[in-house]
Amino acid sequence: MNQRPLSPHLTVYKLGYTMLLSGTHRITGLVASVGLLLFVWWLMALASGPDAYADAMKLLGSPFGRLVLAGFAFSVVYHFCNGIRHMLWDTGRGLERAQARRSAVVVVVAALLTTALVIWLGCAAMTNTGVP
Amino acid sequence: MSLRSPLGRVLGRGSSGEGVHHWWVQRVTAIALIPLLLWFGGSILSLPLHSYEAVRGWLGQPWVALLTILLLFTLVWHSKLGVEVVIEDYAHGGAKTTLLLLSAFIHVLAGAAGIFAVLMLALA
Repeated sequence: MNQRPLSPHLTVYKLGYTMLLSGTHRITGLVASVGLLLFVWWLMALASGPDAYADAMKLLGSPFGRLVLAGFAFSVVYHFCNGIRHMLWDTGRGLERAQARRSAVVVVVAALLTTALVIWLGCAAMTNTGVP
Repeated sequence: MSLRSPLGRVLGRGSSGEGVHHWWVQRVTAIALIPLLLWFGGSILSLPLHSYEAVRGWLGQPWVALLTILLLFTLVWHSKLGVEVVIEDYAHGGAKTTLLLLSAFIHVLAGAAGIFAVLMLALA
């Protein structure tokens, strides 16, 4: 019983785009879960008062903070886009090889463009000077 | 020929004892998160985030606070289900149980803290 093969196997397949996007969906989901903790921490700072909020924004606004936020932004956006793709598959649509390949391109392009937009708007929202 | 008992077949709950409930709630929360995240993301990015007064004033409004609480509740639920699937795939035995418990506790703490923070702002 203990010798039965266990799913998922990560090492026995040649890396394809299907596997890459699927693995990225899982990893971005986990990263977004960590981002949820950061979001809650930020809300708690806001509820704690102006000083705690200023400290939190100072940390998030630092170069390292912005890098971390950009990573979380990409994770949430990618997981959002690819999640819609997964739910379309759940309805039985888009499962043909050519369709799946096309939707993969759409997801990656949409995720990258939206992440860039979120980073740009986020940087503008965090600075006093308006749009950088 | 099926090896499943007639009772097992009619209950339709599979080996986990809960049928497709976990899978289904993962999708229901995902669908709910589409409008919630679009609304919250669009709103938060158009706020002057450096201003405590502006963010607080926005989040303290009744509808904003309510929708943010729903967002937090749905995010935590969706995240808990997703993390559970990952743990069940890669951890086994005692480690699996420990990690599942840890994940449950952290998710409940995160959800409670987030909702509590929004209520503090909205009801102050």
